[in-house]
Amino acid sequence: MSYAELAKRNGKELWRDPLSLGLTIALPVLMLVVLQALSGADDFFAATSLTPGIVIFGFVMLMFSAAMTLSKDRETAIFSRLRTTPLTPNAFAAGYSLPYLPIGVVQTIVIFAVAAFFDLDVAGSLVLVALIMLLSAVMFIGLGMITGALFTSKQVPFVYMVILLLAIFGGAWFDIEAIGGMFKTVGNLFPFAHALGAARDVMVGGAGFGEVASDIYWLLGYTVVIAALAVLSFRRRLAE
Amino acid sequence: MNPNNALAIEAVGLTRRFDDFVAVDGIDLSVEQGELFSLLGPNGAGKTTIIKMLCCLLRPSSGMASILGHDVRKDPIRAKSVLALSPQETALSEQLNAWENLSLMAGLHNIDRATIRSRSGELLEMMGLTDRASDKVKTYSGGMQRRLSIAMALVSDPEVLFLDEPTLGLDPQARRAIWEHIRALKGEKTVVLTTHYLEEADSLADRIEIIDEGKIVALGTAAQLKAEVADGQATVVEAPGMTEEALAAIQAVYPSSRLIDETIEIDTADVSLYAIQDILRPRGIEVRSSHQREVTLDDVFLELTGKQLRE
Repeated sequence: MSYAELAKRNGKELWRDPLSLGLTIALPVLMLVVLQALSGADDFFAATSLTPGIVIFGFVMLMFSAAMTLSKDRETAIFSRLRTTPLTPNAFAAGYSLPYLPIGVVQTIVIFAVAAFFDLDVAGSLVLVALIMLLSAVMFIGLGMITGALFTSKQVPFVYMVILLLAIFGGAWFDIEAIGGMFKTVGNLFPFAHALGAARDVMVGGAGFGEVASDIYWLLGYTVVIAALAVLSFRRRLAE
Repeated sequence: MNPNNALAIEAVGLTRRFDDFVAVDGIDLSVEQGELFSLLGPNGAGKTTIIKMLCCLLRPSSGMASILGHDVRKDPIRAKSVLALSPQETALSEQLNAWENLSLMAGLHNIDRATIRSRSGELLEMMGLTDRASDKVKTYSGGMQRRLSIAMALVSDPEVLFLDEPTLGLDPQARRAIWEHIRALKGEKTVVLTTHYLEEADSLADRIEIIDEGKIVALGTAAQLKAEVADGQATVVEAPGMTEEALAAIQAVYPSSRLIDETIEIDTADVSLYAIQDILRPRGIEVRSSHQREVTLDDVFLELTGKQLRE
């Protein structure tokens, strides 16, 4: 399939660029290590409850990297050249988004592996955690595709800031349950709080699927909508 | 439609507007298979917009175009499967090496591995890139990147090849090398070449279409176009200290006269030097020398549009 050729190219561009690997993998790991070194007796900053927030932060960086690659490509002649090949819009969308999935998986594994050095103790099912993380990765890659398809490379950093703030206020680095009120209500409208809440419930509280099902459905709903919007953004961008 | 007897490129009333600006204004085109066809015009004439519409990158506002009988609006995927474009800006994937760039373009055209391998090898050899083929292309010089960019358009073995300003910004030596490669394609492929270098169009193209402000100004072989300018000869008179006022007086006798630095150029061999001296002497201007030369495409362009092709 010809989308695989495009995916291969984008994957190579990504894995051979030290900056993109630094942003997506090294930076979250560094943040985890620093926060662990600084954290005192605060339960929230214990490795087990902090790790999902670090992974989500990593995914925000992944979204940024994906958006930047796509946006910059669109601004250069290579994109015109790719558009003169007999590739369908769907193949384009697949070719640009698929290479980020392995990066998301590697990010998650590396962050969990490093967290293991800091008394990470997952109470619930690792498979359930992996499912939540996988859905989140797909959602963030979709957000990256929408951003990269619709915004210029100068605008992408602003969109990234907005998504980062939403993720933080969704509870990446503090417990929105504990703050409650407006924070909790607004935070729960976005998918980030559901991803983080579900992951923490499973990892810290040992929750099973039934207990986090509503969070997972929220996340799934958002992921499906975002993926559909990503494909539409591509179609729009390819038909000038 | 049987592609064997279809025109390589056909366009009727092709138009593209950007808001109020008409970039391409109802042009017609018919290019035969195997022809080397050149679009010649100054920057901003609409050449690249025409190419983009023919390559299915930009929707025409109105009119139709087809590539080997495949309509660019109704059947873009088929049209794209037989064409290739080497865009004006060098279009490479920077972190990839030359092999990988070629195999990307060929792979997107669903060409099998073995063919990609052998064809890429030939192209790298032809473009003199074999030694550096395994290096990342971001380390290449401008000339090498340009050669690879053209090779990437050739690797899918397209029936219709679009080269948009293939030698823009290259030094004369690199430019000649690329001309040789383009000349080698003559008769094998349909090639559409856009350029604002008139020597390029003059030496390579079977037919030339002159474009200005989105419209076709003239179409023909280089010889036909030159013959359109009076007798195909031009007179060049060198007169230091020439003034606009003196030029106006000469233009009253020879309307095609123009001043380039201190030289008067007139698009005909039928010029009386005595008449010119009679105009210039009272103004204190002496003729230093004069000679006749063949008309160039630059003269043709000037005659047809009142503009100079070179900036």
